[in-house]
Amino acid sequence: MNAHTRRPQGGHMDRSQVLHFSLEGKPLVGFKGDTLASALLANGIRLIGRSFKYHRPRGFLAAGVEEPNGLFTLGSGGRTTPNVVGTTVALYDGLIAHRQNAWPSVEWDWMAINSLLAPLLSAGFYYKTFMGPCKGSWMFYEPFIRRAAGLGRARHIKDPDRYDTRHAHTDVAVIGAGPAGLAAALQAGRRGARVTLIEQDSLLGGCLLSESSPALTEWRQQVMAELASLPRVKILTHTTALGLYDGHTLALVERRDASAADPTRGQAREVVITLRTRALILATGAIERPLVFGNNDLPGVMLHSAVHTYSERFALNLGSRILCATNNNSVYASACALAQHGAEVIIADSRPHIDQALMESARAVQIRVLTDAQLISAQGRRHVRAATLAVAGQSRPTTLPCDLLTLSGGWNPTVHLSSHTGIAPVYRAAVDAFVPGRYASGHYGAGAIHGCYALPEVIREGATAGQDAAMQAGYPQPVDVIAIPAVSTVPYAFELPRTAYPRTRQKAFVDFQTDVTTQDLTIAHEEGFVSVEHLKRYTTLGMGTDQGKTSNVNGIQHMAALRDVPIPSAGTTTFRPPYTPVSIGALAGRRVGQHFRPIRRSPLHDWHATHGGVFTEAGPWLRVWYYQWAGSSVESAYLEEMRVVRQGVGLSDVSSLGKIDIQGPDAAEFLNRVYVNGFAKLPIGKARYGVMLNDDGTVLDDGTTARFSDTQYFMTTTTAQAVEVMSRLEFLTQQVWPELAVNVTSLSDQWAGLCIAGPKARAVLQNAFPTLDSSDAAIPYMGAREASLGEVPLRLLRLSFSGELAYELYVPSEYGQALWEHLLVAGAHLGIQPYGLEALASLRIEKGHVAGLELDHRNTLDDLGLGKMASRDKAYIGRALSQRPGLKAMDRWSLVGLRLTTTGSPLRGGAVLFAKDEPLTGHGRGYITSVTWSTELNQYIALALYQGGLRHEGEEIVCAYPLKNEYTRATIVSPVFIDPSGARLHV
Amino acid sequence: MKAMHRSRYSALSLVRHALKEMPWRRAWRAATPQPHYDVIIVGGGGHGLATAYYLAANHGIRRVAVLEKSYIGSGNVGRNTTLVRSNYQLPGNTQFFEHSLKLWESLSHTLNYNVMLSQRGQVVLAHGPAQLDVLARKGNTMLLNGIDAELLDRGEVMRLLPYLDYSSECRFPIYGGLLQRRAGTVRHDAVAWGYARAASDLGVDIIEHCEVTGFIENQGRITGVDTTQGRIHAGRTAIAVAGHSSHLAAMAGLRLPIESHLLQAFVTEAIKPFVDHVISFGAELFYISQSDKGGLVFGGHIDGFNSYTQRGQFPKAQDVAECAVALIPSISRLRLLRHWGGIQDMTPDGSPFIGRTPLRDLYFNGGWCYQGFKATPASGWCFAHTLAHEEEHPLIRHLALDRFERHNGFDEYGLGLWPYRQ
Amino acid sequence: MLRIPCPHCGLRDYTEFQYGGDASKIRPVHTEECLAPWHDHVFLFDNPKGVHREYWQHRLGCRQWLIIDRHTATNVIEPTTRDPTNSDLMNSDLMNTGRQP
Repeated sequence: MNAHTRRPQGGHMDRSQVLHFSLEGKPLVGFKGDTLASALLANGIRLIGRSFKYHRPRGFLAAGVEEPNGLFTLGSGGRTTPNVVGTTVALYDGLIAHRQNAWPSVEWDWMAINSLLAPLLSAGFYYKTFMGPCKGSWMFYEPFIRRAAGLGRARHIKDPDRYDTRHAHTDVAVIGAGPAGLAAALQAGRRGARVTLIEQDSLLGGCLLSESSPALTEWRQQVMAELASLPRVKILTHTTALGLYDGHTLALVERRDASAADPTRGQAREVVITLRTRALILATGAIERPLVFGNNDLPGVMLHSAVHTYSERFALNLGSRILCATNNNSVYASACALAQHGAEVIIADSRPHIDQALMESARAVQIRVLTDAQLISAQGRRHVRAATLAVAGQSRPTTLPCDLLTLSGGWNPTVHLSSHTGIAPVYRAAVDAFVPGRYASGHYGAGAIHGCYALPEVIREGATAGQDAAMQAGYPQPVDVIAIPAVSTVPYAFELPRTAYPRTRQKAFVDFQTDVTTQDLTIAHEEGFVSVEHLKRYTTLGMGTDQGKTSNVNGIQHMAALRDVPIPSAGTTTFRPPYTPVSIGALAGRRVGQHFRPIRRSPLHDWHATHGGVFTEAGPWLRVWYYQWAGSSVESAYLEEMRVVRQGVGLSDVSSLGKIDIQGPDAAEFLNRVYVNGFAKLPIGKARYGVMLNDDGTVLDDGTTARFSDTQYFMTTTTAQAVEVMSRLEFLTQQVWPELAVNVTSLSDQWAGLCIAGPKARAVLQNAFPTLDSSDAAIPYMGAREASLGEVPLRLLRLSFSGELAYELYVPSEYGQALWEHLLVAGAHLGIQPYGLEALASLRIEKGHVAGLELDHRNTLDDLGLGKMASRDKAYIGRALSQRPGLKAMDRWSLVGLRLTTTGSPLRGGAVLFAKDEPLTGHGRGYITSVTWSTELNQYIALALYQGGLRHEGEEIVCAYPLKNEYTRATIVSPVFIDPSGARLHV
Repeated sequence: MKAMHRSRYSALSLVRHALKEMPWRRAWRAATPQPHYDVIIVGGGGHGLATAYYLAANHGIRRVAVLEKSYIGSGNVGRNTTLVRSNYQLPGNTQFFEHSLKLWESLSHTLNYNVMLSQRGQVVLAHGPAQLDVLARKGNTMLLNGIDAELLDRGEVMRLLPYLDYSSECRFPIYGGLLQRRAGTVRHDAVAWGYARAASDLGVDIIEHCEVTGFIENQGRITGVDTTQGRIHAGRTAIAVAGHSSHLAAMAGLRLPIESHLLQAFVTEAIKPFVDHVISFGAELFYISQSDKGGLVFGGHIDGFNSYTQRGQFPKAQDVAECAVALIPSISRLRLLRHWGGIQDMTPDGSPFIGRTPLRDLYFNGGWCYQGFKATPASGWCFAHTLAHEEEHPLIRHLALDRFERHNGFDEYGLGLWPYRQ
Repeated sequence: MLRIPCPHCGLRDYTEFQYGGDASKIRPVHTEECLAPWHDHVFLFDNPKGVHREYWQHRLGCRQWLIIDRHTATNVIEPTTRDPTNSDLMNSDLMNTGRQP
C-alpha cells in the first residue's frame, strides 16, 4: 500500500481486515470498508480506463454512483461482469478486476489513435458518412463501429449465481441515509411507523461520512443507535431505490456482499424488492457538478466532494499541491481540511467577491485564494501537472503547478425518483439547480434534493418530513423532535461565471463517459439540435451507463448559453428508471430455467411420469405427448396409440380441459344466450356440443355442456380457451346480465378428466362399474350420468373427439389417479393402453374436429363448417356482427379435408394452397392447418382452410411449401375422413 | 417556392468542415407558419415527416407544413426498439411491409443521411411443432411473394444462435425458427432527422412547438387548423400523431377504433458485440437486438391498459427480464440501464388505419400498434400518394378506417378483437 | 405499480387483475340485431386522455369484474369507482390512504 497516499490513521475502513484483490492479475491489498476505487487509489493506481470514443486516459472523477470513468470488468468465467462502477463496489477478498476499453493495455492503448481523428469524429459524424459507395455499404462499416463501440465485454456463459425477488410493505420509506434521511427515519420511527430506510452505500451517513466534526460524528452515532433500537425500523444498506412507480411503490435492489452470495447455500447475489409504501421521503441528496474547461478529463482532475470523501472517509491523500476550482461556497470547509492534512492548497474561485469569513478561514490554514479566477485548461499527459487560469487583472493566463485539481461547479440535486413519477424537474435559480417540480401526494422531500445544503437546516427538514410522512401513514401522535447538532455553517452561495465556458483549443468534456465535448454541443447547436432531447440524442450526452449524472445539467447550461436563453427555457430532461443499472438476473429473480413460468400439471402427472409418459408443452400445461409403450419416438408412438384407439380401447388424460359448473334457475337461459345453438331444451341427462362466438362474430370456443338437473349444468371448454371462457362467463353473469339467476364456478383444477375411447370402451366401462347400466339405451351417445366409484362422485359423458365410441369421466382431482388405475385394471384384458396428445390430435383430424389451430379468433362458424349449428330463432352473442358482409362472403377460406395424391413429399402444416393450374405466387387460396398420417386410410391427410371450401370438393390442388422447395398435390375432400355417418358413435 | 441549396453529407464534407472549422448548417430550417399551405401534416414524427418528404419528392407538392407540438421525433420514432422486417402473411400486409423494407434498403442514399440500416437478420423462434407450422405458413407466403425467408430446425437455430438456452432446464425448448435475413434494425432518431432535413431542403416547413388546438370546418370540409401559433389554412389536412390519434380526431368530431396503450422499451449498458441478430422469443412477446452503440435493446407486450402516461409499470420490466434470461441465460449479469414508455395506438385487429376520413379533406394515418416504426417509409410513401391523388394508394386500400363495418380486418396473429390484447 | 382498490379484497397490485377495456360504453341489448350499435360498441372507443371508466377482473382474487374510474394520464383511480353489486363498500377511505381493510 502506498504510504504516501494512505494516512496511517482515520477513515471508516476496518484496518484489521486486510483484503486481497487483483487488477489485471496484479495482486493488491485494501481494507474492509474500502471501495474498489479507494483501494486502487490507495495503491497508487490512478489511470483506470480509456474513454469511450477517443481512448483518452482517465482517472476517477467521483467517489460515488455518479462516476463516469471508473468502469471495470469484475470476476471471471460465468461471473464475469462488465461495466461495474469501481466507486460503488465494496471491496471483498478475492475480487478480480480488469480495466476496460483498451488494447493491448490501458497504459498503452492502440485505439488512442482516435484522438488524432477526433475532428472527424464529432457529434453525429456517423449520420453524415459511411453511406457509400453503394446501397447497403453501411453493412461493411458497421462491424468496425460495433467492435469499437460498447464498453466491457460479456461472456456467453451461464451465470452461476442466484437472484431473488421479494415483496414488501412499509408505512414510510426513506430513500437516502444522509443527514436528512437519518433524521426523517428517526422522526417517523419515533412515531411508531414501520419505516424502511434505504441506502445504496454500505454505511449510513451520506456526506456525514466525510465529516470530521465531532458534533456531527456523535449525532450520526446517536441516531444510528436509536434507529437500531426501534423494532419497526428496517435498514437496508447496499440497497438502491431503482425507481419510483405508481401507487407509492418503489423498486429496490439489495446487493449482497459477494462473500455472502453463495448459490450453493441458496443465497442470492442480488434481491429485487417491490416495496409498497403509504408515504415516502426523498432524501436523495445532490451530486457535485464538474467544471468544463480544456483537458478537464485528465486523471487527477476530480470532483471536489470526491477528493474530500477519499480524504476523510478513506484517509487518502491524493495530492500534495491541490488546486480547488469553484464557483461556490461549498468547497471552503473541505479545502481547509485538505490543507490540515498537509497539502498545499490553492482555491481558484470564479467569483469576484466572496464571503470575508470564508476567505479568512482559508487563510488561517495557509490556503491561497484567487478570486475572479477561471480555469482555462489542465496540463499533463497521463496525470494533471498544472492548470491554466484566467485571473482578473492579469493580462495573460496564469499557469499553476498542481498534482490534483478539484472541481465544484455547484450541485445537482438527485431528482431522479421524483422525475420517474412524471413530475418534471424545474430550474430553481436561487440554487442554480433543477429541483423536483413538486412532490406527489404522500411524497416528501428533505435536504439537498431541493437545494437545501446547510446541515442544521437539512436535518430539520428531514425531521419535519419524517413527521409529515408518519402522519400521512396514519401515525398522528406527536413525539419529541430529534436533536439538531450544533454546527456552524456558511450559507450556500454561488455565482455563475460571466462567460459560460472558456475558449480553449483543448477538448473540454461535458460528458466524460460518452466523450461529448463543448465542440460537439456547438455542432449540435449549429445544426439545430437545440432541444434538450435532441441534444442528448444527437450528441449522446447523458446516454452512458451513468445516465449523465455529472453531465446533463452542464449540457443544458451550455446549450442555454449557446442559444442565449435562460436555463429554464433551454428545457429539462426526463430521468428514466433505474437510478443505477440493475442486473437483468436480479429482475428475473427465481423465474429462470424451469421456473420461468408456472407449469400446469394434470393431477395424473406423476402417474404418467412413472409410466413412460413423454411430456410436451401445451401453453402453460405439460401434457403427455406420447407413451413409451407405443414407441421410442413420437413419430412411431402416436401411430401405435391411434391404432389401439381405433381397434381396441385407449385411455387418455383430458384434465386440462376447462370444466365449469353452471347453476341457477336461469342457467338454461344463460347457456342459450352464450352458445350459438339452442340449449333451452337440453334434457336432463344429455350433453350437447356447443359453439360460442366473440362479440365480433368469430368463433371463441367449442365444447360440450351436460345437464344434470333442472338447474345444474356442466360445461367443458378447450384447454387453450379455458381461462378465457371462464372469465367471459363471469363477465356476462356479473356485468351484462346481472338479472339472470345463475352462477358459474370453475372446476378446472378441482376435477380430473379421463377419456376411454375405442370400440371396446363400453366393455371397459362395464367391467369398471358393474352396477352401472352402461348399455346404449341407458347411456346413449351424448348421454350424461352421475355415478360413483365407491364413495367418490363421478360424472360420465358419452362424447367423442376421436370418432370412436368414447366416454369422458370426471372425478375430483385427488381421485383422478385411482380412477385411472381402476380403468386400466378393468380394461387390461381388453388391451387398454394410455394414449397421448399427439394421438389425440391426430384422431380428431381423422374425424374432422376443429381445434386450437383452427380456432384462432379469425374464423367464422361457416369457415369451420359449423354454420348449420347457429340457431335462426334466438339471439346469441356475436350474432349481429357475424352478419357483416365480409364474414358471410362465399369466397372465405373455410374448412376442408385434404388427401395426398402424389407420393414423395408429405403434406405439411403451413403449406400454402393453390388451384391446380394457377401460378404459384401471392397468398394462394388457403393453407394447411393440421396434418397427420392416417392409420385408417394409410396416407397423409390434412385439415385446411381453402377459399370457397367444400364447393371445391374433389378438385386437385397444389400445396406449396417453398421453404423446403416442396410442391405436392392433394385432393379436396370432406374433413370427416372416417365414419362420416357416425355409425361408430351410435353402437 | 423556396428550394434550398442542399449541402451534401459525405466523408469529404466531414474532412472539409474539420479542416476549415466551418460551421455546419441547420439540419432543417427553422420555419414560422405561413397563412396557407397545400397540405398540413399534423405530427412531426416519422410518419408525418416521411409523408411530407414524399409529397415534395414524389408528387412535387412542396407547400407543405409539418406541425409538431414538441420537437420533431419526440414521439414513438425515437422510443421504439428500431426493428424493421417484412415477415407478414396476410394479403395486403405482406406487400405493404415489403415495400417498406425496400424503401429502408435505399433510404440512406435517398435522404443523404445515414440511417444505419443494419440487416442483421431476424429469427422468430418456435417452441413446438404447431408453432413452427404457423411460422412455416408465414415463411411460405413470404417466399411466394418474393420475400426472403428460411425455416430453421433446432439444429440450425443452435448453429446460428449458439448462446440461446438449449439445456434441459429450458421451460419452453426451442423447436425451430423462421429467419428473415433482410430484417434488421435502423437508427431510429436518424429517420426523423433524415426525413426532416430532406423534406426541408425540398421546401417543406417544419414547425416545432406548434400544437394543433382545433380544426377549421366548413360545410363538412376541413380547411385548416387552429394552433398555438395561430390559424393555418390548408387544402388538405393530414393527421399522423401516434399516441394522440383519438385525442386529435375528437377535435374533428371523429371517434376511432383506437385505444392508446403504453409500450415499454428497455436497454442495457453498452457492451462489446454479444447478440448479432434480432431474436424474437416464441413463448411470449419478447424481442432483443444489440444497437451499434452496444446496448442490448429489448421489448415486450404493452402494459395492457389504456394509458397516456409515458411511464411503465415495474412488473413489466421484470417480465421482460425473465424472458431475456429464458432466452439467453448469459444475459443475467448484464445490467438494465433504462426503461421507458411510448404511447402506442392499438386497434382491434392490430393493423393500422391510413387514408380518407368521413370529413372531406381530412386524412388519417394512425393505429400502428407495434408496427409503426418499420412501416415509416411505406406509410409516408402511400399516405403522400393518397393526399396527392385524393384516393388511397393500392398498398393501403385494405387499411380503411371503416373496415370493421364490413369485416374483421387484418388480425395478423389471430389475437382477437381486443386492442389491449393485440 | 398501479394498485387497484378491490371492494372485496382491498388494495391490490394490478397484476392480480385482468383488464377488460372500456366500461363507459353501453352494451346493446342482447336481442339487438342491427349492426351499427354493435359495431360502435365493439370497435369504437372514446379513448380519453382523462378519466376512463373501465373493467378490471380480480382474477387472482375474488374474480369479480369491477368498474374503475382511472385517469389515463396519471393512473390515479378516482374515488367514484364503484362496483354495481357492492356500491357502499367503495366509499371507504382505502383508495386515499392506501390502507388495507
